[in-house]
Amino acid sequence: MDFKLKVWRQRGAGDKGAFANYDAKDISPDTSFLEMLDIVNERLIAKGEEPFAFDHDCREGICGTCGCMVNGYAHGHQGGTTLCQFHMREFQDGETIWIEPFRAKAFPVIRDLVVDRGAFDKIVQAGGYISVRTGSAPDGNAVPVPKDDAERSMDAAACIGCGACVAACPNASAMLFTSGKIAQFARLPQGQPERIDRVRHMVAAMEQAGFGACTNHAECEAACPKELKLDCIAQMNRDLIKAALVK
Amino acid sequence: MELDARIPEGPIEQKWTKHRFNMKLVNPANKRKYTVIVVGSGLAGGAAAASLAELGYNVKCFCYQDSPRRAHSIAAQGGINAAKNYQNDGDSTFRLFFDTVKGGDFRAREANVFRLAEVSGAIIDHCVAQGVPFAREYGGLLDNRSFGGAQVSRTFYARGQTGQQLLLGAYSSLSRQIALRNVKMFPRTEMLDLVVVDGRARGIVVRDMVTGAVSSHAGDAVILATGGYGNVFYLSTNAKGCNVSALWRAHKRGALFANPCFTQIHPTCIPVTGDHQSKLTLMSESLRNDGRIWVPANKGDKRSPDVIPEPERDYYLERRFPTFGNLVPRDVASRAAKAVCDEGRGVGKTGYGVYLDFRDSLARQGEDVIREKYGNLFHMYKKITAENPYRVPMRIYPAIHYAMGGLWVDYNLMSNVDGLFVAGEANFSDHGANRLGASALMQGLADGYFILPYTVSDYCARKGASKVAEDHAGFKGAEAEVRDRTSKLLAVKGERSPDSLHKELGKLLWEHCGMARNETGLRKCLAEIPRIRDEFAKNLRVTGADAELNQTLEKAGRVADFIDFAELLVKDALERKESCGCHLREESQTEEGEPLRDDKNHAHVAAWEWTGGLEPKLHKEPLKFEHVALVQRSYK
Repeated sequence: MDFKLKVWRQRGAGDKGAFANYDAKDISPDTSFLEMLDIVNERLIAKGEEPFAFDHDCREGICGTCGCMVNGYAHGHQGGTTLCQFHMREFQDGETIWIEPFRAKAFPVIRDLVVDRGAFDKIVQAGGYISVRTGSAPDGNAVPVPKDDAERSMDAAACIGCGACVAACPNASAMLFTSGKIAQFARLPQGQPERIDRVRHMVAAMEQAGFGACTNHAECEAACPKELKLDCIAQMNRDLIKAALVK
Repeated sequence: MELDARIPEGPIEQKWTKHRFNMKLVNPANKRKYTVIVVGSGLAGGAAAASLAELGYNVKCFCYQDSPRRAHSIAAQGGINAAKNYQNDGDSTFRLFFDTVKGGDFRAREANVFRLAEVSGAIIDHCVAQGVPFAREYGGLLDNRSFGGAQVSRTFYARGQTGQQLLLGAYSSLSRQIALRNVKMFPRTEMLDLVVVDGRARGIVVRDMVTGAVSSHAGDAVILATGGYGNVFYLSTNAKGCNVSALWRAHKRGALFANPCFTQIHPTCIPVTGDHQSKLTLMSESLRNDGRIWVPANKGDKRSPDVIPEPERDYYLERRFPTFGNLVPRDVASRAAKAVCDEGRGVGKTGYGVYLDFRDSLARQGEDVIREKYGNLFHMYKKITAENPYRVPMRIYPAIHYAMGGLWVDYNLMSNVDGLFVAGEANFSDHGANRLGASALMQGLADGYFILPYTVSDYCARKGASKVAEDHAGFKGAEAEVRDRTSKLLAVKGERSPDSLHKELGKLLWEHCGMARNETGLRKCLAEIPRIRDEFAKNLRVTGADAELNQTLEKAGRVADFIDFAELLVKDALERKESCGCHLREESQTEEGEPLRDDKNHAHVAAWEWTGGLEPKLHKEPLKFEHVALVQRSYK
């Protein structure tokens, strides 16, 4: 297959950046999107040109490192997938593909398609944990957890922290990301003691990092490669209201 | 050099308890005077950094990823073993210990493995308390599944994302300590050298991968938890960034490298489709609980699997190993797959694949049950291959997955370099010549949560707090060497990319030092590696500059180390003339073609010393088996 690529090139946060044109010829349909980028980059190196930088690591859809906007969709148009598991067979032969970094005020561009998602770490540091010291835990079966609760907690815990939700949101809101962690713990007995403080602190950190607010577009849910649901955000908002009523 | 494993005296079940009691303690108020450097933020590194910080030490943690949450532990799918015996099926600490020593084909240290089994239960307790959403039964208690090499159900899991959930648990504890300022985190930072001052590991030199700035970090102890070196084969199930550089740098500063030829080949990966392939994707071993592995009974049978009738299918694992069936250990399953493919009975376009078929389980349990157990794995398989495993059998083939070898460590997980600790996949200690499924997560977390916090504390207490300044000549010299190496890589200005050289190296190794090894092939490999090294030195092309984000430069540095390391790996494979675990020497097989161990000559750990570029020097740590009888492994 042959493609025409329009790739965002930007040397650093201070640089303005622009699209550059590249040809991607003779690409097997079984090639993943990132492997297609590898091939184009190898050809650039062969010509003595600088390859474009993009983030990636596990290439099996779980580490959350990769991600770009592809034709305006975070991780591409397939849905329920990360860029590394998105394959070129999903495109038409000869198609023009626009590739841009995830764009948000809280995600400054480092270079080309690489952005700084450190703001997500800050949100977790604000309260995305259960305070338990190593060595102090009771037996694993001491507290039964109803199967449905465990399953719903796992649904929320599936987040890989890639940032697609932020990139897809017109407000660049990080509510799906933040609420995933809040919902994971809210649905487990272990998460109850710190539940109120957790939602307060994590939401405050989210706002401080420069993410926008949710206005129910649900673009995040559509873009999430792990298919987190808006009910996480509903859960977070409920807990936030409760927090306002508790001292 | 004498290798002292420092195994405590006394009966095996009391060693760890007694050893902990004999340890020196640091006064709580004094702990903050000690700085511990942790390289790597996966299960072992993340857990160690968080736990040491909870104790009060001042911790600096480094990772090459943009966040500690992304370490490759995250990709482990199937589960984590623990001897809880919640199933009432006869599990015990001793049985987990026994299974692990036997599964490792008797090339692990008994005392270390026993301790691993001993602390395994506490890991589950801790992770549950952290809010890890493990799978549950209807009564609300923890569920288990079975894994290869064991006849009890002792594997705890969180769907097919157990590694992710455990890592996020460690990451959450680490995040809490970062917020409390007990840990200073350095993401997008790569360790490029170890600094040894007066025989003691005193710190590291790192490169900031965004700015290119080189800097030094001094401490009282250094922990390397930098994972495995499977990417030396280029194609593996490891993340693209996984590399051997931190271990290789430490090796060149004196740390012995143990058993580098023990590289695990995982039997259930998605087969290679073409030259564009950048990595291989694992399908969890847990699938072997419900999937049946088969190939056509007849050579060259290219019919679609659904029309091949039952008598013309060969369920070769069930046929050859009736007791363990599809759940034989990984090395056994991998070799069996290679054997049927070499006979010309492989499936798929390339003929290098076997079926993993869920037809019977789907009929027996229904699609909903299978979806609940393996939904994300089936989903992933479909994404990659465009085939629906609910309708057609999966195609799988073995791939490089895990490194049992690593830096040599003693019972305290300290290398032969004073103050240099090594944890998780990066050390060699617990899995012998073959790791059992769901034991990597157990070992990483055991090292990080329950062993290093004790042994590093003891080390600090014995040494007392003392500082070596970061402008000490040792640091400045190492920094200069790092800068020099980088500028040399940029100065070659040849024509070949680091990736193209890496692929060439990987192909060579896979061919001659992969699933089966023999002297001729290994010697050929040794003859070829210097040619690749030479090509690298003369014809490498690194675009861009040093003082910026430069992914080509990062790769070049890692490939340089892979080339040097590959030579050691092959030498080790050549030296180990027996077959054991994952390491099959074709010269050493029984008449039935089963691997044949040679306990008389090879019941030892091979620990290699760097000699400044001359022939590496081999040291042997003899392995004593007092609790598990040395027998030829049989899963029949």
